[in-house]
Amino acid sequence: MDTVTLTMKNLPALYLEAETISPDQFAAKSPAEIGKLSAYMGNEHHTLGDFFEIAGNPGKTAADTKIVVTGDLSKVKYIGMKMTAGEIEVLGNTDMYVGAWMAGGTIRVKGNVDSFCGMGMTGGELLIAGNARNYLGAAYRGDWRGMQGGKIVVGGNAGSDLAFFMRGGEITIGGDVDVHVATHAEGGKIIIKGNAKSRVGGQMVKGDIYVFGEIERMMPSYKYIGDEQIEVNGTSGTFQVWIGDLGERHGKRKGETIYGKIYLKVKEAEEKEGSTRVSRKIKLTDAQMQSVSEAFAGKEPSVSNVKAFIQESFGIEMKPMQISRLIDEIRRKA
Amino acid sequence: MADEYIIRNGQVYDPKQGIKGDVMDICINNGKIVSKVSKKAKEVDATGKTVMAGAVEIHAHVAGPKVNEGRNYRPEDKLFTCRATGANTHMEAGFSIPTTFRTGYNYARMGYTTVMEAAMPPIYARHVHEEIKDTPIVDQGAFPVFGNNWFVFEYLKNKEDANVNAYIAWLLHVTKGYAIKIVNPGGSEAWGWGKNCDTIHDPVPYFDITPAEIMSGLMKANEQLGLPHSIHVHTNNLGNPGNYETTLDTFRLAEGVKTNNKFGREQVFHHTHVQFHSYGGDNWGNFESKAKDVMNYVNQNKNITIDLGCVTLDETTTMTADGPFEHHLTELNHLKWANVDVELETSSGIVPYVYNPDIKVCAIQWAIGLELGLLAKDPMRTFITTDHPNAGPFTRYPRVFGWLMDQKYRNERLSTFKYSEKVNDATSLGSLDREITLYELAQMTRAGPAKALGLTDMCGGLAPGMDANVAIYNINADSLDGASIEKAFSAADQVFKCGTLVVDNNDIITETDKRTLWVDVKVPDNKQVERDVVMKFLKYYSMNLANYEVSDHFVPHPYVIEVDAT
Amino acid sequence: MTRTITDVVCPFCGTLCDDLIVTVSEDGKKLLDVENACAIGAEKFLHTQASDRVTRPRKIQEDGSSVEVSYDEAIEYTAQLLVNAKKPLMYGWSSTSCEAQSVGSEIAEQVGAIIDNTAAVCHGTTLVAVQNVGIPSCTLGEVKNRADRIIFWGCNPAHAHPRHMSRYSIFPRGYFTGKGHKNRKLIVVDPRTTDTSSLADVHLQVEQGADYELLQALRAAVRGQELTGDIIAGVPKEKVYEAADLLKSGRFGVIFFGMGVTQSLGKDHNIDAAIMLTKDLNEYTKFSIIAMRGHYNVTGSGQVLGWQFGFPYSVDLSRGFARYNPGETGSIELLKRKEADAIVVLGSDPGAHFPVRCVREIANLPSVCIDPHITPTSEICKLHVPVAFVGIEVGGNCYRMDNVPIDSRKVIEPPEGMMTDEEFLRAVNTRVSELKAA
Repeated sequence: MDTVTLTMKNLPALYLEAETISPDQFAAKSPAEIGKLSAYMGNEHHTLGDFFEIAGNPGKTAADTKIVVTGDLSKVKYIGMKMTAGEIEVLGNTDMYVGAWMAGGTIRVKGNVDSFCGMGMTGGELLIAGNARNYLGAAYRGDWRGMQGGKIVVGGNAGSDLAFFMRGGEITIGGDVDVHVATHAEGGKIIIKGNAKSRVGGQMVKGDIYVFGEIERMMPSYKYIGDEQIEVNGTSGTFQVWIGDLGERHGKRKGETIYGKIYLKVKEAEEKEGSTRVSRKIKLTDAQMQSVSEAFAGKEPSVSNVKAFIQESFGIEMKPMQISRLIDEIRRKA
Repeated sequence: MADEYIIRNGQVYDPKQGIKGDVMDICINNGKIVSKVSKKAKEVDATGKTVMAGAVEIHAHVAGPKVNEGRNYRPEDKLFTCRATGANTHMEAGFSIPTTFRTGYNYARMGYTTVMEAAMPPIYARHVHEEIKDTPIVDQGAFPVFGNNWFVFEYLKNKEDANVNAYIAWLLHVTKGYAIKIVNPGGSEAWGWGKNCDTIHDPVPYFDITPAEIMSGLMKANEQLGLPHSIHVHTNNLGNPGNYETTLDTFRLAEGVKTNNKFGREQVFHHTHVQFHSYGGDNWGNFESKAKDVMNYVNQNKNITIDLGCVTLDETTTMTADGPFEHHLTELNHLKWANVDVELETSSGIVPYVYNPDIKVCAIQWAIGLELGLLAKDPMRTFITTDHPNAGPFTRYPRVFGWLMDQKYRNERLSTFKYSEKVNDATSLGSLDREITLYELAQMTRAGPAKALGLTDMCGGLAPGMDANVAIYNINADSLDGASIEKAFSAADQVFKCGTLVVDNNDIITETDKRTLWVDVKVPDNKQVERDVVMKFLKYYSMNLANYEVSDHFVPHPYVIEVDAT
Repeated sequence: MTRTITDVVCPFCGTLCDDLIVTVSEDGKKLLDVENACAIGAEKFLHTQASDRVTRPRKIQEDGSSVEVSYDEAIEYTAQLLVNAKKPLMYGWSSTSCEAQSVGSEIAEQVGAIIDNTAAVCHGTTLVAVQNVGIPSCTLGEVKNRADRIIFWGCNPAHAHPRHMSRYSIFPRGYFTGKGHKNRKLIVVDPRTTDTSSLADVHLQVEQGADYELLQALRAAVRGQELTGDIIAGVPKEKVYEAADLLKSGRFGVIFFGMGVTQSLGKDHNIDAAIMLTKDLNEYTKFSIIAMRGHYNVTGSGQVLGWQFGFPYSVDLSRGFARYNPGETGSIELLKRKEADAIVVLGSDPGAHFPVRCVREIANLPSVCIDPHITPTSEICKLHVPVAFVGIEVGGNCYRMDNVPIDSRKVIEPPEGMMTDEEFLRAVNTRVSELKAA
C-alpha cells in the first residue's frame, strides 16, 4: 500500500478539524495537493500543510492508500471521517469523531480517543488500542439509525452512551464501560470484557450484549430466564440470559416475541456453587442493617464512615454506590 | 424597485391573459407590469426561454410552531445538506424542513413569489408571523385554523350566523390571518381525549356537532362574508385505505353552494393534498387508487378546487393539525412523534416518514398524486403541491413537474419500482399518456392558485397593473424532457419580485421587502361575541385576552385586503 | 398621581404569567407596586428601582475594581473581541427578548461564533431527548381544562414556578374540570420531601440517580409485565404497579419535569424514558408531557435559533454553516476543553451556574457580560455592559414553557441614557460589519 505520513509540526491554538485526513481525500493527489487540503481551526481556514509535514504518496484509489498520522494529535478532530476504503494509523491519542460515518477501510489508533468516534458507522474497522470516551459507535443526534455495520474494537475502557441506537455491526470493549450501553438498540452485537455500571440495554428493542465482568445494577425491566452454555468470540462459558427491555416495544417472528438479550458471564467461583446470584451485590441481613442504623442514629453518615464501620463490624467490603443506597434506605426508614 | 426592465423575446405563458407561448416582451416599471417602458429600461434577454409570472404556493407548512418543532427535533434533517453563508444570503439548513432563510431563498430560486402558510394555530399566531418576517423575498399569508375551535362549535351548533361571522372576522383580525382553514374538523378536538372523528357525521365528543356541520357552516359563513379565498379543507379520515368515500361525502357538501365575493374567486370549497384522501381498499394489502372516482367528481363540479399533495419518494417529515392521524402514523412506523394539543383551538402532530420506493404502498401513493393531476379536466382548478413537507419537500416541485409533463420520465420511475406490477394493478397511471403542457403548468402553479386565493388581479399573471413577479426559465417547448424540466425549474435564470431582480444567474442576488397578506373583515358590531370572547378567555384560556392579538410590529410590511361585510 | 398597567407579562420564569398589574408614577419613571406576581416576580419588578443600579458600562480591572466607560467604548470593545476571535462563544440569551436574540444571531453568523443558551445547563437534555423520541405535549390551557392526573417529576414548582399550580396545573377550574384540584390526583416523584410533595396524593421517593430505572419499570408495568426485584429504584414494587394503574385510570394526564431528571445521572435518557412512558400511556388514555422551562425566554431562544439555523441551542456557526452536537458544541465542554477563545454573555449568569473549571476559563478569556445586574459573571468578565430590563423597561416577545408566544410590555422608562440590549447589539453588529469589510 502506498503510504502518506503526516507529522504534526504546529500545535493548533484551539482544535483542528481535519476531516480531509482520509484515504478518499488523499487518493491520487500529490503531496503538495494534500498539503492544500482544508483544515479549519474555529472560523479560520487553514490547510493541512499549515499543521503537518507531509511525506510519501497516496495510492491511486482510497483502497490503495494508507495514512500514518503522528505527533501530538490530542486536539485534532474528525480523522477518517466518511472514509470508504484504505487505512489510517494514528500513532498517539487523538480527539473526537475518529471514523465518523465511515463506510469501509481500517483505522488503527495507538492511543486513546475522545467522544463521538465511529458515529453512524456503516462498515469498516475502527480499532482503538487505548480508551474511548462517550458515544462510541452511536447515532448522530436525532437519527434513529445508529451504527449499522462494521466493527469497533477498544483495548481499554469506553465511556457512556456506547452504541446508542445501534442497528448492526459489532463492538468489543476490552475493559469497562460507563452507563447507558446500547440504549434504543435495534440490532448489533456488543461484547464487554470488563464491568458495566448500569442502564445496560435500556430501551433496547433487539440486539445482543455480552458482559464478561459484572453489571453493577441490572435494569428492573429485564428478566432472567436461565443459563446457557455459549461461545462468543473465542470465549466459552456459562452465561445468565436476561431478556428485555420489557418496557419497550418488540417485534414478533412466527408468533414469538423477539427480545433484546443480555448475556452475563457466570464467574468461575459461582459456577462451582451453582449460579443463582444476580451479580456480586452484597446484602446485609436485617440485624446488620439495624446495627448500622443504630450506630449512625442522629449523625450524618458519610460513605467512607459507613464503609469503614461495615468492614470493621462484619468483615464485609461493600462498594461505595451500594453504601450510598444503603444510607438512603436508612434515612427513609428513620 | 423603481427600475424599468424589459424582458425581451421570451416565450410567455400567461393564462390570465390567455397567452400560450407567444414570443413577446414583458415590461416592468415601479414594481408593476406595464405595457411599455422607456429606452432607459434595463434589458433581460429571454430568447429561447420560458417566461411566466412568479408562482403561487397555495399550501405549504413553512412557518410556525409545528414547523419549528420539526426543525428542532430533527437535527439529522440538516446533516450534510447545509449551505454556507453567501455573498447575498444567510447560511441555509434543512432538507425536508428548511430554515426560514432557506425557505425564502429556495422558493425564490424556483420562481415562486407568493407562499401561503397552510395552518396557523391562533394562540401561536405571533410565532407564525415572526417566522414569516424572517422568510426572505416571498410574500406570505397564513391560514388560521377554525375547524376545531370551541367558539365555532357553539355558534354553528346554535345556527347563529351573525355570531360565527363576527367571530371569524375577529379571529382573522387578531391573528392577521388570510383565510378559513379547516383540518380534520371535530377530530382534532376529539383528540383532546385521545379520540377522533372518522367520518364526517361522527359527532364531536361533548360538543355534539358533526364535521359535516362544521364544514357546511363555515362554508356558508365564508360566502356570507365574501372572503378572498374559499374555505380550505383537509377533511377527516386522511391517510386510511378506503377514505375516498369520506372525501366524496365531503365534496358533496359544496353542491349547490354559490360563491359571493368581489375577488373573482369561483370556487366555494378548496380541498388540499387530495392524494392522501383518494385511497381505496380496506387495508394496506389491497390498498389502491381511487383517483378516477375523485377526479370524476371534481371535474363535474366546478365550484371546487383541489391541490394534489404529490409524494416525491424522499425521507421527509409529516406535520399536520390532524393530531390523531400523526399518532396513528407513529404506531405504524415507530418513529419519533411530537404532538401539541392547543387549548380551545386545534391539535398538531409531527412524525418523520420515509417514502421508500421499494414499498408498494409508497409507490402507489406516488402514482395517485400524479393520476389526480393527469385526470384533471380543468387545470385552473387543480394545483400542484406536495403538502410540503408531508408528501415531500417543496424543492421537489420541479421533479413533480417533470413527471407530469413527460410520460417517459414518469414511466421510467414507475417501471423500476420493486413492485411495479402491483402498483400498476392498483392505479391507472401506467395507462395515462397525457403530458401537462407549459401553459397548463402555468395554470396549475400560477393563475389557478392566485384566482382561488382571490388574488387574480395581484399576482399569478403578467397583465399590466399586476405586481411584477416574473420568472424566466432556461427551457422551452422544444425540449420538454423530464430531466431538463427538473433542472430548469429548480433554478430560474432570473426572478423578479415586485419589480426587483432577486435572482440572476440562477441564484439569489439580493433580498427585498416581502409583504404579509392578511384579510380585515368589517362586520356589524356584535356585543354577544365580544362578551363570549371575554368570558372564554377569563375562564378557559391560559393567557389574557389583552395579550392575544398580534401587534403591528410583528408584521412590518402588511398587505391588508379589506372586506366589507356590514 | 399614579398609573395602573394591566395584563403585564412577568419576565422571570417559564410560567410567563401575563396577568400582572403594575402601578407606576405618572411620569412613567418610577415603579411603585406590582400585583398578582409571585414573590420572585414581584422582586424582579421592584428591584429595578434599586438606588445602586449600574447605569453605564464598566471595565473590570485586575484587582476587581471597575472603571466606567462609555457605551461607544463598550461597543468597540465587544465588536473587536468578536471579530478577532477564532471561536467566540455567545452565551446566554434566556433573559432577553426574541428581537434581541435575533440580532445576536446576526452577529454570530457574521463572526462565525458558537451561539448557546441556558438550555446547555438546564433543559438541553430535554431537547436532546425530544430529538431522539419526540414529545406528546399540549398547551397549559389544555392542562387547566382537561387534566385529572398531574405528575411533578424531579421538580419543585412550589419554589421554582410558584404560580404554576394555581394558574394551570392543580387548582384551576376549567371547562371539563369544574371541581378543580378535588378531581385531580397529584403524584410527585422526588427523592426529597418538598413543599410540592407535601401536596401530593402519592409521593414516590425515588432513589437519587435511579429515575431511569423507575421510568422503565413503570413502562413495563403499564404493559402488564412483571418486574425484577422487590424495591425498584427505592420504591417498593407494589407501589410501582399502583402508580402505573393510577396513571392509566385517568382521563388526561400530564407529566411536568425539571432539573431533578434533566441533570441527574443519564440526563437526556431520563427524559427520553419519561417521554416514552407518556407515549405508551396514550395507548390507554390521554397523556402529555411538558418541560418546566426555567428562564422566561430560554424557550424563545430555542425557537429563534431553530427557525434561523435549524437547532435549538449549542449552535456552532464557525464554519459558515450551522452544526450541532451537545458534548462538543455546548458551552460547558467548549470552556472545559479550552476550545473557545472569547466569550460574550447576555441574559444569563454562567458565573453562578457553570462548573468552577468553566467559570475560571471565562475569567481567563476576553469577555463581555451584558446584564442589568452585577453578578458573579459580570465581575469576572473584562467588560460589564448594563442594559434595560426586558419586560419592564422595554418590551419584546417571549415564549412560555409550552411554546406559546406572549409579547411582553414596557411599563417604565429605563434609567436615563441606558441602552436596551437590542440597541447595544445592533450597534455592535454595525461595527462588526465595518470591521469585517475593512
